[in-house]
Amino acid sequence: MEFFFEVLIGGLLSGVMYALVALGFVLIYKASGVFNFAQGAMVYLAALSVVGIMEWGAPLWLAVILAFAIMTAFGIGTEKFVLRKLVNQPPIALFMATIGLTFFIEGLAPMIFGSDPRALDIGIVDEPIPYILDNWNMVISKFDLIAAGVAAVLVTVLALFFQYTRIGRALRAVADDHQAALSIGIPLQHIWAIVWGVAGFVALVAGMMWGARNGVQFALTFTALKALPVLILGGFTSVPGAIVGGLIIGASEKLAEIYIPPVMQDLFGGNFGGIEGWFPYVLALLFLLVRPEGLFGEKHIDRV
Amino acid sequence: MLYREAGQFKTTYAADQQLFPIRQDRIGLIALLAVAFLGVPMFASEYWFSAILIPFLIFSLAALGLNILTGYAGQLSLGTAAFMAVGAYAAYNFQLRVEGIPILVSFICAGLTAAGVGILFGLPSLRIKGFYLAVATLAAQFFIVWCLTKFPWLSNNSSSGVISAHNIEILGYAFNTPRDKYLLVLAIVVLLALAAKNMVRSTTGRAWMAVRDMDVAASVIGIRLMRTKLLAFAVSSFYCGVAGALYAYCYLGSVEPDGFSLDMSFRILFMVIIGGVGSILGSFLGAAFILLLPIFLDILLPFFAGLFGLPFSSATVSHIQIMVFGALIMFFLIVEPHGLARLWQIAKEKLRLWPFPH
Repeated sequence: MEFFFEVLIGGLLSGVMYALVALGFVLIYKASGVFNFAQGAMVYLAALSVVGIMEWGAPLWLAVILAFAIMTAFGIGTEKFVLRKLVNQPPIALFMATIGLTFFIEGLAPMIFGSDPRALDIGIVDEPIPYILDNWNMVISKFDLIAAGVAAVLVTVLALFFQYTRIGRALRAVADDHQAALSIGIPLQHIWAIVWGVAGFVALVAGMMWGARNGVQFALTFTALKALPVLILGGFTSVPGAIVGGLIIGASEKLAEIYIPPVMQDLFGGNFGGIEGWFPYVLALLFLLVRPEGLFGEKHIDRV
Repeated sequence: MLYREAGQFKTTYAADQQLFPIRQDRIGLIALLAVAFLGVPMFASEYWFSAILIPFLIFSLAALGLNILTGYAGQLSLGTAAFMAVGAYAAYNFQLRVEGIPILVSFICAGLTAAGVGILFGLPSLRIKGFYLAVATLAAQFFIVWCLTKFPWLSNNSSSGVISAHNIEILGYAFNTPRDKYLLVLAIVVLLALAAKNMVRSTTGRAWMAVRDMDVAASVIGIRLMRTKLLAFAVSSFYCGVAGALYAYCYLGSVEPDGFSLDMSFRILFMVIIGGVGSILGSFLGAAFILLLPIFLDILLPFFAGLFGLPFSSATVSHIQIMVFGALIMFFLIVEPHGLARLWQIAKEKLRLWPFPH
């Protein structure tokens, strides 16, 4: 039973890490209706620029600030040179454009900062918490717990920002109806630039967390693939959905990885590891058949 | 300048409904096929066959399959490579386990198997669409590749799921040289491309386009959504499955599941976007463009590097390649969303009246 809880909690905490990436998707989708496939690549770019700048001799805090500047500039540039030109195109075209953007970043980032995997040290060690280990005999990583804390803070800040600030209100208005927002004088392009900046910030946080845990390497771009089922489960438009979806996906995939392969081995023989690669997708797919708009998504009504 | 179709009157319905109603188009097509079937085998070298022409044809076929699903029926799929993998492994298993089955029959069976799997993963399209569906097809991509790696039966117990293709023999003639394989692939691709061209102008094709443009409206005018969408998945997967079987048997000779990666799916999607969404010709143009671009950059970049005295490592060249890919996708989506096929059409329109446009 302890083992079960250990796996469960480990899964929940890694789910928080997925949610961090999923948040970036939700922000952009909410405000501009663009499904930004490049979020994973942005995570990679952010982590790589922090490490790259530190290699040039800057301290961590300066590197983070500079990386944030890079991400903001990049977000604004994307909005200005790509998305603005694609206004009024079908959403699928925008989606495919962000796939192009993904490839662009995946080529650009390692060209500037180098492509060899590196460690990112942000001063938190990845070791079990002694107190829990002693009393309940469970291995819970200190790092994962801190990452969960960071995610919680980030979500709270974003929620407050959306709910109570002037810009947040404008963002929600744009998300609701582009035309109506324009007609009451909300500058659409500023708003989109801000959203891309915020998404860049979220990517930076996610990139530092993932980078500190697994090292800064190309595999960081695959975090996007982990975040997609989270989004489907939680709904594309909901910030809490991203968190809840992340928790469900994280927990279920770790449990599946532990408990399904032995059963399959009994049935068919052979080695059936690596289930976590597809399990979240199949889970999300089955979930979609029951509830196509996700847990917290808005119901979509088609009109002819 | 090019040609004008004035003066070609149709006196029967059959003449009006033929696949290529304009005489010059027919002559052009026959000339092109003559060059492909007779001219190219005489002059091309072994390198050209095995490194450029065969993959070009195979990827054109896969792009054609994806174009039927995405371009005509409007269902975005990111799992093309997985359906190709199904085709490759199905062909292998039919050859291996069915005594004395002709290779062409096992290719067709491979296509049908892929079609079955395609229908299975197309089922969610009845409930969901757009991005949700795109993510659902990712499930196919990961799940199928995992299955092929983990179930040893599928690859006849070889380590890490690698399969090696059997020899190809049709009616006692062994297809051993790259030139023979090229001709085989060419014949299959031409046949399937003509079938596709015919299909997209039929009732089925028009139903697909109606569903693409707006599925609620399509269902209101009496198109059965379930049938239409699943048929699109089946036909598309059939094409991808045959392409996958050819990829294993005529191009690489031995394949592993991980070779059919998400990256390959994206590559085929790029062929469709750059070539032209919803165009048969576009699938071929896109495949040619995406396959030739890396070769082109490989030659061009070191040349420019030498010109400006920049030290380009091979890693940098591959990074620039990826960047150019990405940039081109965005460029095409912004400037010409209908791709190379549309450019060709515009050029034809212009040349019709040139040099006296008024």
